[in-house]
Formats: sequence, structure tokens, C-alpha cells
Amino acid sequence: MELLPTIWFVAIAVLWTGYLFLEGFDLGVGMLMKLFARNNTDRRVLLNTIGPVWDGNEVWLLTAAGATFAAFPLWYASLFSTLYLPLLAVLAALIFRAVAFEYRGKVDSERWRNRWDWAIAVGSFLAAFGIGAALALTTTGLPLNENGDRVGGPMSWFSGYALLGGFGVVAFALVHALAFLALKTDGDVRHRARRWFVRLVPFAVLPMFGWMVAVQFLSGKPWTWALVAAAVLAVVLAWRLARAGSEGRAFSALGAFIVCATASIFGAAFPVVIPSTIDPAFNLTISNASSSDYTLGLMSIVAAVGLPLVIAYQSWTYWVFRRRVSAAHIPEAHGFLPAIAAKVMVSKDSSSSIPNQAGD
Amino acid sequence: MDALEIARWQFGITTVYHFMMVPLTIGLGLVVAIIQTIWYRTGKPEYLRMTKFWGKLFLINFIMGVATGIVQEFQFGMAWSEYSRFVGDVFGAPLALEALLAFFVESTFLGLWIFGWKQLKRGVHLACLWIAVIGSVFSAYFIIVANSWMQHPVGVEMVDGRPVMTDAWAVFTNNTALVAVPHTLFGALAVAGAFLLGIAWYHLWRRRHDGVDVVGKDGKLVPGEASIPGRDKTDYTVWMTSLRIGAVVAMISFAGTAITGDLQGKLMFEQQPMKMAAAEAACHDGTGFSVLSVGNLGAKNCDDIVAVIEVPGILSFLAKGDFTTEVKGVNSLLGEYKEKYGTHLPDNPLYGERAGQEIQYVPVMEVTYWGFRMMIGFGGIAAFAALLALWVTRKGAVPESKWLMRLAVFGILAPFGANAAGWIFTEMGRQPFVVAPNPDMNGIDQVFMFTAAAVSPGVSAGELMTSLVVLTAIYAVLLVVEVKLLVKYIRGGVASAMPELAHAQDSKDQDDKNDDGAGPDKSGDDVLAFAY
Repeated sequence: MELLPTIWFVAIAVLWTGYLFLEGFDLGVGMLMKLFARNNTDRRVLLNTIGPVWDGNEVWLLTAAGATFAAFPLWYASLFSTLYLPLLAVLAALIFRAVAFEYRGKVDSERWRNRWDWAIAVGSFLAAFGIGAALALTTTGLPLNENGDRVGGPMSWFSGYALLGGFGVVAFALVHALAFLALKTDGDVRHRARRWFVRLVPFAVLPMFGWMVAVQFLSGKPWTWALVAAAVLAVVLAWRLARAGSEGRAFSALGAFIVCATASIFGAAFPVVIPSTIDPAFNLTISNASSSDYTLGLMSIVAAVGLPLVIAYQSWTYWVFRRRVSAAHIPEAHGFLPAIAAKVMVSKDSSSSIPNQAGD
Repeated sequence: MDALEIARWQFGITTVYHFMMVPLTIGLGLVVAIIQTIWYRTGKPEYLRMTKFWGKLFLINFIMGVATGIVQEFQFGMAWSEYSRFVGDVFGAPLALEALLAFFVESTFLGLWIFGWKQLKRGVHLACLWIAVIGSVFSAYFIIVANSWMQHPVGVEMVDGRPVMTDAWAVFTNNTALVAVPHTLFGALAVAGAFLLGIAWYHLWRRRHDGVDVVGKDGKLVPGEASIPGRDKTDYTVWMTSLRIGAVVAMISFAGTAITGDLQGKLMFEQQPMKMAAAEAACHDGTGFSVLSVGNLGAKNCDDIVAVIEVPGILSFLAKGDFTTEVKGVNSLLGEYKEKYGTHLPDNPLYGERAGQEIQYVPVMEVTYWGFRMMIGFGGIAAFAALLALWVTRKGAVPESKWLMRLAVFGILAPFGANAAGWIFTEMGRQPFVVAPNPDMNGIDQVFMFTAAAVSPGVSAGELMTSLVVLTAIYAVLLVVEVKLLVKYIRGGVASAMPELAHAQDSKDQDDKNDDGAGPDKSGDDVLAFAY
């Protein structure tokens, strides 16, 4: 077994785990903007819990994709070209979602905010679903020929696993976000989030378990089966802790669940990175899809320094913004009077009243 | 259009679009960091206002660069899988390192800057912005290392028909990248300079137009105050200082692009002589620089092109640094390329219907010739305008002319045009190669890939067309939204980024005191610094 490709397979699994753990809750919060929040103040509370961190979380996706390109170019090329249309949907979703976070508060109008809220909710859903589907398919199989290219039409990649993975990540993101909100907010949002979490978590993890078990049946090993069992324990623990009102621990326990889940899935798939459903001889593996040892060695050194650094300063960010957000913290929406108003009175005294809002 | 042409249009459109946001992000980021540093050191209220105002516009633009950047990373694999397989061993590394070492830094620390006005100490808060900005500069470096490898593929050996990295140092210190990075950074600063200049001019003009500021008998401007939040005397200083910073940045950056561009040109004459010959529409060997060439630039027969105005010796100077060395024209290069890289594409299924076709070694000359001139022209015009602006406003007032104001505002587009033209020139000039061989360099003249072989074999033209239409439509809509928002916040002036100015208005005497600190700190308990 080659050492460096194995290390990079593990590294990429770690990057995906980091992505699902971190962006998991901000994708979920995005969906909850429409499912959970009851009014604009709620939405702003939600938004402010992830505001400082969502962009940093999303870079885990870019790093996972970039590392796949660098370490396993053939994996990257086959996966991304085969899933052309679903990834296009993911891109569109991520674009709208990112822009919506920044733009929704920039115009003081109900219609404007509502549109961007839908962009956030639908964008978060589509991105979570598409990435879940893509990960499920790379661990269960795609119709690849001997060159690693897709056989069949634009939708020939589709299988039940895509739905399992898609819903798996969507549902996980939702409950992960509820656990996160219970931990990061105060007041009504906090209590409702915890109640929702306790009620939903037993069901929300089911599709993810479906995907995990499916991969175990396809290519499981004893230790990856053990991880599935550990994942079950983690969910039970999360549920009990949340019920007992221990929000931080419940969130951590659900985090342990996603770590066990991805470890069991990638561990079972190893050393195959994409099984070919056409012919097992066309399987892409860590040996036939990887870069040279020189490139992998270089990347290993950089990642060994870079990744702990990333984890350190991202942790610091969470520390800086550790305080709970609640409705009381939300300042009034700030419309502003344009300096370039229709008619400007020049005067030395400033006793004239100042209009509160000047939404366009 | 076949799959290859659609994929190329998509890459071109998405990249040029992405690179409208990126230079403004990099350039404006640097400028805002400098302004906030001045505020940190002097405590002058106008610098706080400038930080907030330009910072707001910076963020409105930044997010678009983030959103469109993801497309860039994904589409290599989606649309160009064969390219990704071929170059992955060497090209993937800078992309992965960009994400790991630069983009993580940029997005995390920018998040801290946006939301950390109150949570962080002033110095730490400022440091966060600097770290984010430095992250964006590193980001540019890694991406240009990747691009430069396509222009000048160093540090590899061919193993089983694929380039394999053997010398990372050579890849990451590729001389093509070392000159392209400063060239790109100066290009980005040029955008920021014109942005500040145009918008500040507009506000100064508006203040005069509305009668807030008055020009005295001696021609000097007397700032006044209007009964609108933030439209006081400090406001005048904000815009005048911004205008001057913008003009100076624009001029320095043009000088920077000229110097680095000259170095880059000289390298390019060695590394990709065909690109430079095509930039000149120079069919025959010679020394003269064409100021104007007529004829059918698109004709296959290069002999139809006549240089109407030509300055002898200048081409040699651009290429070699003297006035006499003959520079090879398209016709003699064509023979060399055919001899080295063949006359026809290989009869390989990877080339699709293009397999076995004759290779067109001359890039589209309308694009290279005019792209090269537009890059220089737009850049030069912007710098000259900046110089004029400094002269005209030396007494502290912008002219009352509405047309001059409009010119200043539309002048913002000139450096954007120069940036786009430069990229279009250098990328189109590399064709028909996606990885360009360097004929005069020993050892790497056999590392190349034809663009025709790079597209994803498994992806249909229909899928590519779908994504081209979808992405272009999304980008068009978002461009309208972004510009509308920018205009709204520009028209809003500083108060749009500092709602606290409206509160401060009630007690005008305290205005300056309030601005001195980190803004009016009425709610010390407030965990939110920005209203999202």
C-alpha cells in the first residue's frame, strides 16, 4: 500500500469531515431562515450566528476540491465532469447564497429581504443536497469507462444513493443547525431550537445512516462497521444531552456523529475513490488516480503546517464571537438618508428633524 | 458551436467577470487597510469615515468575487477534465495551496474585521484587515503561479505523456509568475485608484452643486455644512482626501504596470514569440512598433496586413531592450512552430471532430492586436486623467461642470477595461495551446497541450450550453444588483456606512468627539457591530 496516497486519501476525508461539520450548521441555518424563523428579527438572529464564520467554513469545500485536484487529479476530473449538471446546481446555489448573506440587509424593504431569504434557504438546501449526492456517488459508484469518462447521458450518474446522500446531508445540516442555534442564541430562538432538535434528531439522521450502511454492504470492513455503531451511540448521546439541556455537549455529540459517519463511509470506500458501475476494472483507486509522490510529499509538508494553523485561527474566531446572540442584540434596521437627496437645505443649525428611514 | 467552443466561451465569460470583482477586491482592500492604519495612528475622524465608507463598498464587491471564484475552481474538473488529468500533478498544487494558505486566511480574517469592530481591540481589529488583505495578495500569487505554468511550463518532466512535477521551486518561482504578480497587483491598484477618484469627484461636485461648498474669490474652496447627517465639513475632507489618494494610487500603479509590463513583454518575446508577433500583427521580421495597422487581421494570409504608422526600433526595444535587433514575425515563426509541433492535430479521439485537422498557430489577431493596445491605452488614459484631476483640484474644488463629473465617474471603467483586455490578450494569445510550449527554452519545448484536447470527453455540448446560459444569466442579474447597490451606497455617502452619524447630528458639537473613538458606543453590550 502506498503511503503518500493513503495519507492524502485520509487528508481529503478529513477536509470533507471539516466541511460537513462546519458548513453543515451554516447550511442548516440557511434552510432554517424559512423553516424556523418566525419574523425578521429571528432571521437576523440566525444570520448573525453564522455571519462572521460562514465564509471561512465554505473554504473547507474549496480546499477539499483543490486538494482532490492536486492529490488525485483523475478523481477530481472524473467526479466533477460526470456530475456536471448537479454541480452546476450547487454552484448556482452557492453563488446566490453567498451574495444573499451580504445583500439582504442592504436595502430596507420587505420584498427585497424576502427574496434574498429565499435565496439563502433554497441555496442552502440545494448546496447541501448536491454535495451530499456527490459524496454518496463517489463512494458508491458512477458509470465510468476506461478513461474515467461518463458513459451515458447527462443524468446517467443518477441512482438511489444520490437521494440517500442528498437527503442525508440536508437532514443532518438541519439538526446540526438546531443544535448550533441552541448553543449560540438566547431567548425564544434558543428554546425552540432545542425543542425542535430533540424532536427531530432521531429521524433526521436516518438517511445518513442509510448511506453509511449501504457503503458498508458494498465494501465495509470490521472497523468501519464499528464506526457505524459509534455513530449510533453519538446520536443517542446527543439526543439525551439536548433533552437534559446540555446544549454545548449535545452539539459536540452530534459533531462526533458526523466524524464517525464520514470516517465509516470513507474508510469503507478505501482504497477506491470512485467505483465504476460499468466494470470494476475501471475503478479509480488511490493508486491509479493519484499524483506523483513528489507532489504529494510537497503538499504533505505544506498541509502539515497549514491545516493546524487554519484550525487554530478559525477556533479563535469562534472564541471571539462566543457570546450568544439574541433578539435584544439586534439593532434597528438602518435605513439612511441619502446625502444626495432631492432637495438639500443648507443651514447652520441642525434642529431640523431627521427622517428615520430612507429605503429606496 | 461544438463542446470545445462553448467551453471556451464559458471559461472566458466567467473568468473575465470574476476578474472584474477581483482587482477591485485586492486594490480597494489595500487602500482601505492603509486608510484604517492612518485612522489608527492619527485618530482623525475623516479617516474613520473613509474606512467605513470604502469598506462598505469593498464588502459589497468582495462577496461577488467569492461567489464567482468557486465557479473557477470547479470548472476545470467539470468542463476541462482532460486538461485536469494532464496537468493535475503540477497545476493542482497551487490551487490547493491557494485555498489552504490564502483563501482560508482571507475569509476568516475578513469575517473578524466585519463583525469585530467592537469585540476586538482597535489594533487587533486593524491587524485582521491587514491579514485578510495580505491573504488576498497571496491568493493572487498562487493563482498566477498556476496560470504562469500554462504560459511557461517549468519544473516538470514528461512521464508517460504527462508532465510530472520534479522541481517545485522552479514552479513557484517561475519567472513568468514573478513579473505577472506585480503586474496584476498594480493593475488591481489602478482599479482602486480610479474608483476612489471617480466617486470622490462625484461627491465633491455634488456638494458644490447643492451649494454646500462655495468657491471664494481667490478660487479657494470654502467647505460648508448641510442639514443632512454626515454632510458636514469633515465630509468635504473625506472626499478631497479620497480623491487625492485615488489619483496618486492611479498614477503610481500605472507606472508600476508599465515597468512590470515591459519586463513581462521581454520575457514573452522569448517564451511565446508567436503571441507577441500576433500582438503586433507583425507578419515579417522587423524592428518597428505598429501604431496603426490596417487590413484583414483575421485573414489567414498574414501578407494582407499593412502597418500604416510604424515607429522603427520600438518593437526591438520592447522585445530586447535595443533598437536594432530583428524581431521574428508571424511568417517565420509559423514555419518553426510547424516544424516543432506538427502541422496537423493527432488522429486521436480526444480531439473529437478536430482530430487530424490542420493546426492554426496564429492566434486571432484582431483580439491580440487590439487587446494589447486597449490594455495600454485604457491604463494610460486613466493615469493621465488622474494627473489632470490632481492639477484641476489643487485649490480644493472640483469644477462645476457636469460633464467633467460624468467623465470622472465613467473613468472608473477604464482600468477595468485595461485589466480585462490584458487577460483576454494573454489567454487568447496562447492559443491554440492551453499549455504553451516555449520554443526557445531548453527542455520545456515539448511540454504542451492543445486546447482542442483539453475539454471533458464525457460532457455533452448540451450540458455545456446549459451551464453557459445559466451562469451568464446569473452573472448578468447579479451585476445589475451589485451595481445598483453600489450606486445606492455611493449616493448615500458616508452616512450609508455609518448610521451613527444620524444620531450624532442631534448634538453637533459632539460630532467630532464621537468620531474620534470607535464610533458612538451607546450600547457597549452590543455583540453586533454591523447590521446584518
